[in-house]
Amino acid sequence: MGIMSIREAYGRALAAYGAENPEVVVLDADTSSSTLSHFFAEAFPDRFFNVGIAEPCLVDVAVGLALGGKIPFANAFAALISLRAAEQVRTSVCYGRTNVKLAAGYAGLSDFKDGPTHNAIMDLAVMRAMPEMTVIVPADAVETSKWVKVVAEYDGPVYLRLSRAAAQSIHDEGLRVEIGKGLTLRPGTDVCLIATGSMVGRTMEAAEGLAREGIEARVLEIHTLKPLDRDLVIQAAEETGALVTAEEHSVIGGLAGAVSEAPLERVGLRDTFGRTGLDAEALMDFYGLGVEDIIKAGKRVLERKTTRNVDRVRPA
Amino acid sequence: MASLNESRIVELEQIARQLRIDSLKMIHRRKAGHPGGSLSLAEIVAVLYFSELRIDPERPEWPERDRLILSKGHAAAILYAALARRGFFPAEDLNRWGELDCHLQGHPDRLKTPGVEMTTGLLGHGIAIGAGLALAGRLKGLNYRVFVVLGDGECQAGVIWEGAMTASKYHLANLVAILDYNDVQLDGPVHEIMPMEPIASKWLAFNWAVLEADGHNIRQIHEALEAAENIHDRPTIIVARTTKGKGVSFMENEAYWHGVAPNDAQFLQALAELGEAV
Repeated sequence: MGIMSIREAYGRALAAYGAENPEVVVLDADTSSSTLSHFFAEAFPDRFFNVGIAEPCLVDVAVGLALGGKIPFANAFAALISLRAAEQVRTSVCYGRTNVKLAAGYAGLSDFKDGPTHNAIMDLAVMRAMPEMTVIVPADAVETSKWVKVVAEYDGPVYLRLSRAAAQSIHDEGLRVEIGKGLTLRPGTDVCLIATGSMVGRTMEAAEGLAREGIEARVLEIHTLKPLDRDLVIQAAEETGALVTAEEHSVIGGLAGAVSEAPLERVGLRDTFGRTGLDAEALMDFYGLGVEDIIKAGKRVLERKTTRNVDRVRPA
Repeated sequence: MASLNESRIVELEQIARQLRIDSLKMIHRRKAGHPGGSLSLAEIVAVLYFSELRIDPERPEWPERDRLILSKGHAAAILYAALARRGFFPAEDLNRWGELDCHLQGHPDRLKTPGVEMTTGLLGHGIAIGAGLALAGRLKGLNYRVFVVLGDGECQAGVIWEGAMTASKYHLANLVAILDYNDVQLDGPVHEIMPMEPIASKWLAFNWAVLEADGHNIRQIHEALEAAENIHDRPTIIVARTTKGKGVSFMENEAYWHGVAPNDAQFLQALAELGEAV
């Protein structure tokens, strides 16, 4: 079992990276002793800004810092960043495409003492639906510390989902993480278990349980829910024909949503914001919502059905 | 900053008049937009873009440029008119506002339109974003100033005051807000929908310096901006008293004209009142 919590690994890695990159600034909303951004605050008091209990303001101040060329890490509880500040995230971070890193602490059920008010069980659904957003969920302390530098050096909005708790140790120090690149943690062809975050360790244990019953389970870690490593997921579907997802989040809209969407023929806005037009009908056509688009999608899915291979023909 | 002589004042008044005409033409052509809050801003925008702001249309990304955030992004028409006439993009683009392949969106989009510093439109963002941008300037040792143009109805949003606290906590003297205090919002008079008085006292209580000006008086706007430059320990807000729909008799102080485009007859009358030959 890992001994260091996700939040501590994050807080220490952020402070360490702060020494390496003077452009990094850190904000918190009166939770620095909870998110552990206080390690950074102590090391770099001039680059730390506490805006008080005001998450919408936290996000917008971070946006301003990003506009001015800094690399802000905005820290607060996941429930508040993803819900109370959702409009700031949508408009100022994603639509404005500002280089803001949202470090969302106390995710999932990890704030077990405070309970449902502080749980974040729908944040991935909200954040994944935001165009321009990259959504990352580390599985253990080692992985968490690796992400800080990668996230800081990626140019664009990131939602880094962090547990308050310790998670089972999965990775060793040699781990290299890459945005959008899932990890195959265990080979297997009978079934594929796809996990994210704190559920990765539990899923590895489950795979061992299945193995004792003669079932060889492949285990994938999808740390980047968005952009999804679609190829890895589709390959697993083709090769095992049986998928299970596991996440510390609602079964609606998070990892389960991402995986189940992957093979589906979808007509809708393709993860993009709209734009201004002269009338709504033309705008809908512009975004591929036309009658012809539905007809084409119908034909594509029919072709896939008749070839009896749902995964050979992939949607555009 | 030097004081304005009479001829310069007349020049800026002419620019304000031109920006009103441009805005109405754009809104009429597109049959959409927000005339009331664009017209109330004409002198403020004229002074800022044609006198106060250190900007260079040839170098829209110049690191030391002053920044203006139009927090009341509904007034996009007059912002676009000012940016075009200041040389950030061709004035012909104004005729294509809102077309599917035109960079000019219904509300300002920093990624599409040169000179737009921040994407706005949903109200309430300007002060907190401006505070962050002012902090960044300080951290980087750049002496640019950040100007935020606020609506009065917009100040009903809580995040405005969250941002106000942050700006005063960090003594952001390089942040100046200009409040377009026209006392009209979508549903009616601000003083009826949600009274904001005493507005100056509110900002004072949040540890901002508060200056007042007639928002249609070029000299007063200029002098207030000049005075703000000499305040070094806190952010400043200029409470600029304005008339919504200013310059077009039937639009003045009428909530109806918050977000409605004039028909052809109304448009011609409006142009005539602004002294524009049709």
